Parts: sequence; structure tokens; C-alpha cells
Amino acid sequence: MNMFRLAASAALALAATAVSAQQTVKIGFITSYSGLNGNLGPYMERAVRLYLKQHEKDLGGVKVELLTRDDTGPNPDKARQLAQELVVRDKVNLLAGVIFTPNAMAMAPIATEAKVPFVIMNAGTAVITTRSPYMVRTSFTLWQSSYPLGQWASKKYKTAYSLVSDFGPGHDSEEGFSKAFEEGGGKMLGKVRVPLQNPDWAAYMQRVKDAKPDVLMVFIPAGKTATAVMKNFSDLGLGQAGIKLIGPGDVTTDEELPNMGDVALGVLTVHHYSAGATRPQNKAFVAAWKKEYGQNETPNFVAVGAYDGAAIIVDAIKALKGNMDPDKTMEFFKTWKNPNSPRGPISIDPETRDIVQNEYLREVKRVGGQLANVELETVATALKDPWKEFQKKK
Amino acid sequence: MSGYSADTRIRWTEWLPWVAAGLFFFLMPEYLSLGARILIFILFALSLDLILGYAGIVTLGHSAFFGLGAYTAGILSARLGVNDAFLQLAAAAGMSALLGMLTGAVILRTRALTLLMLTLAITAILLEIANKWSTMTGGADGLSGVQVSPLLGLFKFDLFGRTAFLYCLIVLFAAWWVVRRIIYSPYGAMLTGIRDNAARMHAIGAPVYWRLVMIYTVSATMAGVAGALLTQVNQFVGLNVLGLEPSGDILVMLILGGVGRLYGAFVGPVVYIVVQDTLAKQYPEYWYFGIGVLLIFVVLFARGGILGIFDKLRDKWLSHSRPKSSARASAR
Repeated sequence: MNMFRLAASAALALAATAVSAQQTVKIGFITSYSGLNGNLGPYMERAVRLYLKQHEKDLGGVKVELLTRDDTGPNPDKARQLAQELVVRDKVNLLAGVIFTPNAMAMAPIATEAKVPFVIMNAGTAVITTRSPYMVRTSFTLWQSSYPLGQWASKKYKTAYSLVSDFGPGHDSEEGFSKAFEEGGGKMLGKVRVPLQNPDWAAYMQRVKDAKPDVLMVFIPAGKTATAVMKNFSDLGLGQAGIKLIGPGDVTTDEELPNMGDVALGVLTVHHYSAGATRPQNKAFVAAWKKEYGQNETPNFVAVGAYDGAAIIVDAIKALKGNMDPDKTMEFFKTWKNPNSPRGPISIDPETRDIVQNEYLREVKRVGGQLANVELETVATALKDPWKEFQKKK
Repeated sequence: MSGYSADTRIRWTEWLPWVAAGLFFFLMPEYLSLGARILIFILFALSLDLILGYAGIVTLGHSAFFGLGAYTAGILSARLGVNDAFLQLAAAAGMSALLGMLTGAVILRTRALTLLMLTLAITAILLEIANKWSTMTGGADGLSGVQVSPLLGLFKFDLFGRTAFLYCLIVLFAAWWVVRRIIYSPYGAMLTGIRDNAARMHAIGAPVYWRLVMIYTVSATMAGVAGALLTQVNQFVGLNVLGLEPSGDILVMLILGGVGRLYGAFVGPVVYIVVQDTLAKQYPEYWYFGIGVLLIFVVLFARGGILGIFDKLRDKWLSHSRPKSSARASAR
């Protein structure tokens, strides 16, 4: 009898290891490969693939399958449909990715209803993570960069004008910046919101020029739009008119700097990541990126959000041994910390499931013949999303 | 195919779409949300067929009504807390009918290119309103937080789309029945008359303008209902329900299936959406190319759309087996 039990339990144990050896964790990965800022999607995917390649061996035989889908830019309808299909047809364990806020918002009910943990690797409107208890964010919020930016700017300048894209993150950036700027004694001369797609920059820039503020704060969703802003800023001579350009880091996004040229020199921004940062973790990350994708390629903030997003997923798989029970996965996500991210120490705030990180003041300078965002000082340490903190106090 | 003189009894082939839909429900449970989407676009295409195919009103602005219906249902739920599915449908139908009547009364006094530009302008204006009035519509972020309470208090809208599929199917069936009644009525005959020769219809004393406004309103109502269905199934409304793109898409779907033949509106969306779904998975960036090639072939070689091909084949076969009828076939 005893022998039989022993044999049975041994067989069971064998069967269990056999199952775990073949375990596959499926990740439904939705990002933008086409449409507005379609160039950002590949940064996200490359970062995830790079991290997976580096840490495949730590997974204890659990396979990770990445199912990639194109949401065609800010297209919430499409994103929602893709998420639903990934959950229902492909039975993914996790959802991940998403460049644009509207898309993340539209996917929230799917994550909640299907109980699928959803790792947001870019979309930065503060309110997103409140929309589903199954969301966690490894990127940033616009308040995290815009609020310290406003605090810093209010000490140096008296008047400001804000120009933002007319959608969630733009509204956040405008509110965060002007709140801090006015609290610090500055005066907002005007706030203008421009259409998300194909705005006529010249008209807006002219309006700013006529108002003669000390600084112009710009938020646009990075990518090629950032270069368009830079070109129009210089073409209309706002710099010569004595107006200083500042913003969250989207406006000097690392991968577009070579396309912007010298007009970007001296632009000051506050952001959580620069490819030019000198901490060793970042140097290793950039080196690995260049080795994998070519010497002329540079990672950007989208890449680092996705890289850390892959890290949180890999760590969860390790901790749960590939058994991705949604609630246990979320519990793990909530207490996750990474002191060695390329952007410095980061963690997840257990209450809000949002990222906690440092914010740096950077200036575009020429480093070794190429433009780079050089970190000047740390303006905020271990900063939680300010918007959520203000909401609590209300 | 249509008109007053045709036999109005429902032929056995006309039951085929409904049988297919029933089989789809049982055989492909994982594709039901895609199926619901197809049904919605069939309804939308059907509404366009009424004005384009039967009344000859060329429009690039049909998404105005689709979008208005979608936003009406969405705003009712997300802003005013009205979550009853049928109330949302009724409100969407009402709003779209109103817009259809008002704009129709103005723009249907014009013809051809002027008319085309006016329809385009109307949907562009609505798009801009939806974009700017973000307190109501959510702007470019879209309108989230739309909820639909369980149908009749029993059937919840589930993640697999079972309820959504059947619900859309029932609405589509009702719409199909109405459309069929219209096109086989004397009124329907009058519409095809206006399409083929408006001057002659005037000459025999038909109130051309009012007939057109009427059908435009009916069509707008149906498009609004389709929009509301999309909102309810997605529980979300985005800006992409308005503007040139959805208007163009639905036109392409209808042309693909066959214009002015009722069931073209059934075939077009099925082919278009299935092809799109398959291609988009393999070539996320180039799927439009495939659709383009398909459309070129249909326009060049099958003037009557995909259904037109079947007609040609049938005529060929009939003339082959019964030489006598060949004279009639070629006289067409």
C-alpha cells in the first residue's frame, strides 16, 4: 500500500513537472504599428522582445508567447475589439502594450470582465488605472512630469503659455503644469488645445508669439509630431522673440532628436527617462539595444516603459511559476519593485497600481556630435502620481 | 429583382442568410462578437441601399446618422444614466430621423455633385462637434462608461457576444422585413422610378421631392439604429463612427455586395469584414491593399457586385439549358 502511494505521488509529481515544463504564458500585445505615431509601436515590441531574450533562461521552462496586434493609432474602437478577440479566441493570460490613452480606456472593461491583468506600457493619462482593478502601469503619468515642471518653471519664469494635444494626456499635462505654475506665483497667459491629428501648427504658434510669454509649455504625443512642433517653433521665430520652449519629455523624445536638428538645443524638459542618462543600468540597456538592433538605433521612453513592463511580467511568471492566476498576479504586481531600471529605482504603488519613479530635469545638448537629453538634476524622487494624491485629499 | 411588378412572396433563397446566421451562432461561438459587428454593418449597408440603390441618392455622409445614433445611445447611458437597451435604440432612432428629415429637406433640393458635397459637409460638421464638445462626447478620448442593462432583465451582454449577436440579429430581421415591405410596395416602385428618370416621374405627377425626403428619413433612422447597436455592443463610442472614413467604408461594402438588390447589403459587409479580419492579422499594415484589389476586380469585371456575378452565371446557365429564354436574357 505504502509503495503504491509512493509510486502514485511520484507519478503525480512527474506529471506536475511535465505540465509546468510545457507551460506557456500568452500575452496579448496591442500597440500602434500604423497611423499617427505608428513608428512608436516597434519601439515597444523591440523592448519587450529584448527583455524576454535576456531573461528567457530565468523562466524555468515556462514559455512566453507574444501575440502582437495593430490598433492603428488612437483608435479605441479597434483596440477594444482586438482585446476582446485576444481574450475570447486566443485565451491570453495577460494584456499589454498600448501607446494611446483612449485605447487603454476602451480596453479597461474587457480586463475587468474577463479578469485579465493588463500591463500598460505607455498611455499616460492619470485616470486610466482607476478604470479597472486589473490594470497596472509601468510607464508614467503626465502629471508626474508636468507638475514638477510647473514647480520648477514658476521659480524661473513669470508668465507661461501652454499648448497641448486635445485628448486625455494633453488635458492632464495642461492642468498639472498650470496648477503648479500658478501655485508657485506664475501667471498663465493662455492655454490652447490643438486637435490630436494633423493640426495646423503655424496658426497656433503665431497666437503664442503674439501673447509674448516667457515660456511655452508643449505636450504632444511624441513621435513625428514632436519634430513638427520644433520646426514650426523655429520657423515662426518664437526663439528669437525670447520665448523659451519647455515641456514634458515627449517634445524632445530621444529617437526624434536627430530629425529635429539644432533648434532642439537648449530645450529644457522634465521626464523620467533619457537615453543619454549616465547611470550604469541605462548604459547597459542602451548598449544591449544597439547590439540587438543596430548602432544607429536609440531606445526612448516608450522603450523603457515596455522594458520595465516586460520585467514585471517576467518577475510575476517566476514568482507564480507560470501559474498566472489573475488575482495572484495582480497581488504580485502591486508590491513589485525594481531598483535597477534604466531610469533609476521604480516601484508600483499598491494603492493605485501606478508607477512610482524619479523625475529629472534635462537639457538638450550636443554629446559626442549627437543631440541628447542630458539629465541636469533630479527634481522629484520616488514621486507618486500627483493627480491621484490630490484626489485623495479632496 | 425589385419593383411593383415583382412577385412579393418570400422566395426560399431569401431565408438563406437567416439560416446561415443561425448556423454561425452554434458553430462558431468564438467569433460571435465579430458576427455581431457584421450584422450591424449589414443593417448600416441596408439603410444606405435604400437611398443609394433604390432612390438613387448618392451620399458620402451616411455616417452622420450612424454616428449620431451611436453618440445618442452612448450619451444617454454614460451621461444621463439611461441603460435600457430599447430606450437607447428608440432615442437613437428618433434623433437620427429628426436629423435625416431636417438635412434631407435642405439637401435633397440639389442633385449629383452638390448633393454629394453637402452630405460630406454634414458628417464633417458632426465630427467636429463630437471632437470639440468633450464634456458630452469625450472628444478624441472617446466616450467610455457606456452600460447596457440586461435585455428584458434576463440576458446580460456577455464577453463572448452571445446576447449581442442574437440581439443584433433580431433587430436586423425586423429592419429587413420593413425594407422588404417598402421596396415591394407602390412607394418602392415610385422610388426606383425616380432613380431611373426623375423628370418622367415629375411628368406623371409624383411628388418627387417629398418621396425622397421620406425615404431619406427612413434610411437615416435605420443607420441611427445601427450606430446605437454598435455602441451597445462595444460599450464605447469613438470619433471614428463619424466622418468620411466610415461613410466610405460602408459605400465600399455595399458596392462590393451589389447596389440596389437588397441582399447586396448582406453579402458586402460579410466579405469585407471577414477579409479585413483575416488580412489584418497577417499583414497589419497592408490589409487595405487587399481590399483595394478586391474592389477593383469587382468594379471592372462584376458591375453588379458579388451578387451580380451569380446573376450572370444564372443567366448563362438558363440560356444554355433553355435556348428560348436567351432572347430575353440578352435583351436586358
